[in-house]
Amino acid sequence: MSLEAENPVFLREVRIGFAGRVIQEEMTFAIENGEFIAVLGPNGAGKTTLLKLLLGLVRPEAGEVWVFGRKPRRGNPAIGYAPQFRTLDTNFGVRARDLVGFGLDGHRFGPGFPSRKRRELIDRVIEEVGAAGYAEAPVGELSGGERQKLSLAQVLISNPGLVLLDEPLANLDMAAAREIIGLVGRLRVSRRVAVMLVTHDINPLLPHIDRVLYLANGRSAIGAPQSVITRETLSSLYNHPVDVVEAMGKKFVLGVET
Amino acid sequence: MLKVLFGSQMLAHAFLGGGLVGLVAGIVGYFLVLRAQAFAAEAFTDIGFAGATGAALLGVASLAGMLAFSLLAAAGLGILGDRARGRDVEIGMVLSFALGLGVLFLGLYSRSSATHAMSGINILFGSIMTINSTDILLATACCATALGVLALVHRPLLFASIDPAGAEARGVPMRALSVAFLAIVALTTAVCVLLVGILLSASLLIAPAAAAVNFTNRPARAVALSALMAVAITWLGLVLAFYGAVRPLPAGFYIATLAASTYAVSLVFRKFQGGRI
Repeated sequence: MSLEAENPVFLREVRIGFAGRVIQEEMTFAIENGEFIAVLGPNGAGKTTLLKLLLGLVRPEAGEVWVFGRKPRRGNPAIGYAPQFRTLDTNFGVRARDLVGFGLDGHRFGPGFPSRKRRELIDRVIEEVGAAGYAEAPVGELSGGERQKLSLAQVLISNPGLVLLDEPLANLDMAAAREIIGLVGRLRVSRRVAVMLVTHDINPLLPHIDRVLYLANGRSAIGAPQSVITRETLSSLYNHPVDVVEAMGKKFVLGVET
Repeated sequence: MLKVLFGSQMLAHAFLGGGLVGLVAGIVGYFLVLRAQAFAAEAFTDIGFAGATGAALLGVASLAGMLAFSLLAAAGLGILGDRARGRDVEIGMVLSFALGLGVLFLGLYSRSSATHAMSGINILFGSIMTINSTDILLATACCATALGVLALVHRPLLFASIDPAGAEARGVPMRALSVAFLAIVALTTAVCVLLVGILLSASLLIAPAAAAVNFTNRPARAVALSALMAVAITWLGLVLAFYGAVRPLPAGFYIATLAASTYAVSLVFRKFQGGRI
């Protein structure tokens, strides 16, 4: 096994498809320990499918996939995954800390009794994401940003080496989005955890991320934002003319729906 | 001892059986409400009806017939999908088909004699006043099995019910869990039908649990509260049926009324207190 295959993520010549349609092909890249990657691209480009590939929920049609030097498998404790839509039933009572506790032992069978150690573990991670103020509140009463913090806490409580966040910023206002991004940026340093964050808007992430993985039109490009989000790279990805405009310190991609 | 306490063997059995049903219905009901499968529970009672009447026709114990039919239905529903949530059309079909079968079996059976016609009524409305020690033993076995399985799967079940996407990512076997839970529901409804009848099972399975989640946001407390209320409703219903009115009224009427009232109170409580017990 090469050194690259020990990385949190290593893909070689991977093709993924859905219902007979090729979604992505020739995906080759590695993600290193503690790296913060933004995953960008239009709807249907395969962002969520890529995450499912790493989780072992989707199989590659071709190529090699390695997660910490092993084949992807369901329930991999090395990965923490926060899905895009948590269909939490807000009518029914669970508290913030119950949701976080699922990350610890929600998948375990057997009787299972509450213990002080369990309580302390939950308290500690809730503190870490800054959600201590509403640890006992019912989830139904919390805002989108507060729920995202709990989602992060649920993911982090099992100490994963790789965290996959599927559109954590959707439906958040700009202030809440910035808070979550700042939190993820701090946590990946303090915990040395690799993060792949799927998003539609790269701008608030620019000061925090190491690289961008851009998926479009069945192909992908990975690299520093200034080398990927360019007229040349995106035009060749999309296979038609795309322009990137910089204004007020932000990047705007013109000519495509993102 | 029980005989002394309650004054008669019949009453002792009624309280024992009622308490058992209340306990299990309250606990299983919490997960039913959480998974929005109240309608599936309703269907299971109708499937139990068909099973019980079919068994009577064949001269087999009605519990055996109910279990056979409802476990089969549990497997069927499980194969249909992860969750019965939102499967109103399929469940509605199965439900009405099962009721139709039940009506057929009952019609054939009750035609033979007057006592047979009475046992049809018992299946529909329960026979809590006429349950014997064999019924109690069978019910205890079913309840113990249902609660035992539930104790083993309760954490993944709770996770899968509240946060399905998160649970699937953590490797919770969603399909297997769904079938296991429906089997638990099948066992529970069978016992409910045996003791309180088809038409009243839903009031014990759904109302206390639905009320409990209005009273508290803590899962463990909600389960305990739901079980407590279900047992209290059953026992209070029995007490009222025996001693309450000038003229004896059916226990089922009191149980259904108390269940509905408890839920109504919980709605008011939620509105003003926000589920913080």
